[in-house]
Amino acid sequence: MKSVEEIKTAIEAAIPGAGVEFVSNPSPSAQHSLRLAPESAIAVATFLRDDAELAFDFLSNVTGVDWPDKEVAEKVKVTRTVTKSVDGPEGPVEQQVEETVEETHKRVEPGCLEVVYHLYSVAKKHGTLVLRMRTVNRSDQTELPSLTGVWRSAEFQEREVFDLYGVVFSGHPDLRRLLMWDGFKDHPMRKDYVEPDDFEYEPTPHDEVLKRAQERKSEGLGTRD
Amino acid sequence: MSVTDIKTERVAGWNRPPVIEPDGEGELLEVAMGPHHPSTHGVFRMDLALDGERVVRLKPVFGYLHRNHEKLGEGQSYLASMPYTDRLDYICSLTNNWAYALAVEKLVGQEVPERAEYIRVILAELTRVQNHASSIGFLIQEMGASGTPLMYAFKEREKILDLFESLTGSRMMCNYMRFGGCRVDVSAPWLDATRKVVAGLPVFVDEFEALLSSNEILMARCQGVGILRPELAINAGVSGPMLRASGVNYDVRKVDHYGIYDRFQFRVPLGDHGDIYDRYMVRILEMRESIKILEQALKDLPAGPIMDPKAKLRGFRPKPGEAYGRIEAPKGELGFYLISDGGPNPYRYRVRTPSLINLTILEDMCLGHNVADVVLIFGSVDIVLGEVDR
Amino acid sequence: MSYSSLAAWILSWEKWTDSCWQLNLEDALLGDGILKGMAETARNFFGSYVSKERLTTVEYPEQRIPTAENARVFPFLVYDGANWEAGMRCVACQICEKECPPKCIYIEKSADKKPDYVGKQQFYPTRFDIDVSVCMSCQICVEVCPFEAIKMDTQFELATDDRFGGLLFDRKELSRSNEYYHSIHPTEASEVDARLAEEKAKVEAKAKAAAEAAAAKAAAAANPAPPAGGGS
Repeated sequence: MKSVEEIKTAIEAAIPGAGVEFVSNPSPSAQHSLRLAPESAIAVATFLRDDAELAFDFLSNVTGVDWPDKEVAEKVKVTRTVTKSVDGPEGPVEQQVEETVEETHKRVEPGCLEVVYHLYSVAKKHGTLVLRMRTVNRSDQTELPSLTGVWRSAEFQEREVFDLYGVVFSGHPDLRRLLMWDGFKDHPMRKDYVEPDDFEYEPTPHDEVLKRAQERKSEGLGTRD
Repeated sequence: MSVTDIKTERVAGWNRPPVIEPDGEGELLEVAMGPHHPSTHGVFRMDLALDGERVVRLKPVFGYLHRNHEKLGEGQSYLASMPYTDRLDYICSLTNNWAYALAVEKLVGQEVPERAEYIRVILAELTRVQNHASSIGFLIQEMGASGTPLMYAFKEREKILDLFESLTGSRMMCNYMRFGGCRVDVSAPWLDATRKVVAGLPVFVDEFEALLSSNEILMARCQGVGILRPELAINAGVSGPMLRASGVNYDVRKVDHYGIYDRFQFRVPLGDHGDIYDRYMVRILEMRESIKILEQALKDLPAGPIMDPKAKLRGFRPKPGEAYGRIEAPKGELGFYLISDGGPNPYRYRVRTPSLINLTILEDMCLGHNVADVVLIFGSVDIVLGEVDR
Repeated sequence: MSYSSLAAWILSWEKWTDSCWQLNLEDALLGDGILKGMAETARNFFGSYVSKERLTTVEYPEQRIPTAENARVFPFLVYDGANWEAGMRCVACQICEKECPPKCIYIEKSADKKPDYVGKQQFYPTRFDIDVSVCMSCQICVEVCPFEAIKMDTQFELATDDRFGGLLFDRKELSRSNEYYHSIHPTEASEVDARLAEEKAKVEAKAKAAAEAAAAKAAAAANPAPPAGGGS
């Protein structure tokens, strides 16, 4: 199999402006990935499947990853003009002075939902190519194109990513929840999912469960003592 | 929402299910097969729209056994997820363990000693034999054989499970593989018992085939039913005996060269037509090939350690990165995808199970057939709900 | 088969894939397959009267299959000697509690210490609960315990009708003697005993060496040797 960089070159030669990025994988498995731009994803996928040499006709795995919003604290040097009283020859005098202070700026880096695809080739019997696609954010812009038209095996797995993460796949023939029931509201695999508090008897509680059990002790629920 | 309302639109595409027009008058009959059903291999529902006896629409509904295994994996350490992998495909716990151990070993670049590799192969092939035997047994049971072939298969399976119990401590939830080897070493009495069981397996497969392969009822009900075209099988991500029964030569043991499978001589049986009879035949032949591998592995088992001495049991923190490791489980390609962020728990822990993916084309295979055939086609896919729902 | 064709066959082994042979319904003699199957069933049925191997039924609970030596069901705490409280090996290090996957172990550590089998002062658990209805018998607690204190039992007939406490075992219910451990897992128990005896011997040897060094020091302090290099 060509290396991932060579595949990237081949894609860019076939589809100009494809917007494919190389993502390195630091672990010893050396399974580097290519990040696709959502606009050209279907074209790139079709090229990967139909190209004679690459022939990635087997989509093995579609999965979602949640990257939550991160609060980033940066130390920034800010120069400001400040009025200060300075000792002058005839007593204190108001003067404009430039002051440089170091401030900590906090900002929230928006998270996103990522969908990862693992491709193999049955015709050429070569191995893993990893593709990734990111949504814009986690709250309202969570659409990505569906690759079910290219590989049928994406059908159930994209439904699962929709169910458990909330990524909406446009062009999917049947986007319903897969594992949770149809009326379920939340997306369970997200990192900020809160489980419903519905246990009644917890004899060996630990961590979060212990905290909740102690809170409910007065109601007679929670731990056995 | 009724199954006829679900908009599997007439989306054009060669890999979409065929559109069956009802040819009778009257309405379509909507039947829910399951989730309480003796033939659905667990809690599994199929919403059927029938035109008389013919299936016009089929929507599988599952999630009744969903235990959010992937979220549990994120909340506990890598080692603590190992017993949970036993419960995925609960019939073949040792291959699940191996797939997970392989993925973690890929993630950290861990070496496995030779003796441990041989033991892993022996246990995986024993698992494959007992899985195919029970799968065929259940398929024949659904055909109406009232359990006789199933009990023959279970007789052999009991012998294999007794071997597992004396080695790992438990018949089904073995929790035996570790990252870097195996948990306990095999003893000489255990190897003798295994050799005895393996010597009795060819007799069992011959008996099984004598009972079944030329049975007219089996041939009439299985030949030409549930045909799966090879191009659609590849495009739908189908793997395992189902893919090979359609004529596609793809066995992860031969393609990925994981473990030490390169040292063993074994063939890959393929089917011609892709119907239920071919899947049954492929499983019988795979049992025979597994017996061959077992005989070779038991002969060549080297001495040595079974666990890499540098491998850590507690305090295991892989460096950040990700890995996807897959094996040829008895039902298909079982893969684990792990993303590590440097902590003791995985950041993302994903199981790619063959049963779920093999169900993608269930509708395509069943459309146009009778309800009775649906039961058989579903049985020939060989799923386990623990894997489908995780 | 000639040698050259044998060689060719072996060389083609890796690439040779089998094509499923298939019987056709039209070719078969109708009833033939069913008769073959019935002959097989009859052989097993009549054979079960004659050969023991074909009769595989075990009439539980009057007859029982002996469990394998390695079988594991639920954990128990090992104690040495006659008194379960004094001889308990557990030192409440809580490693098993942390590593338990379903978190079914609950330990409270004592405030004081008691001597263990080598005489060292160790903490002990004032409370050691295992919720057996949650425990999945994975045996990771046994693997990570550094003190050989928790081992797997083989009793599985534990059904009870008390839903809220019947399957919650406290430390008294969990404690079993070392002799019991020998009776259910003889090989393993002998290995554990050998390891513990070795540890004890090492500790005693170290204590003896330390005592000898202290005695030598005390003797040197009682009879001071003349200062080297100095003197009159």
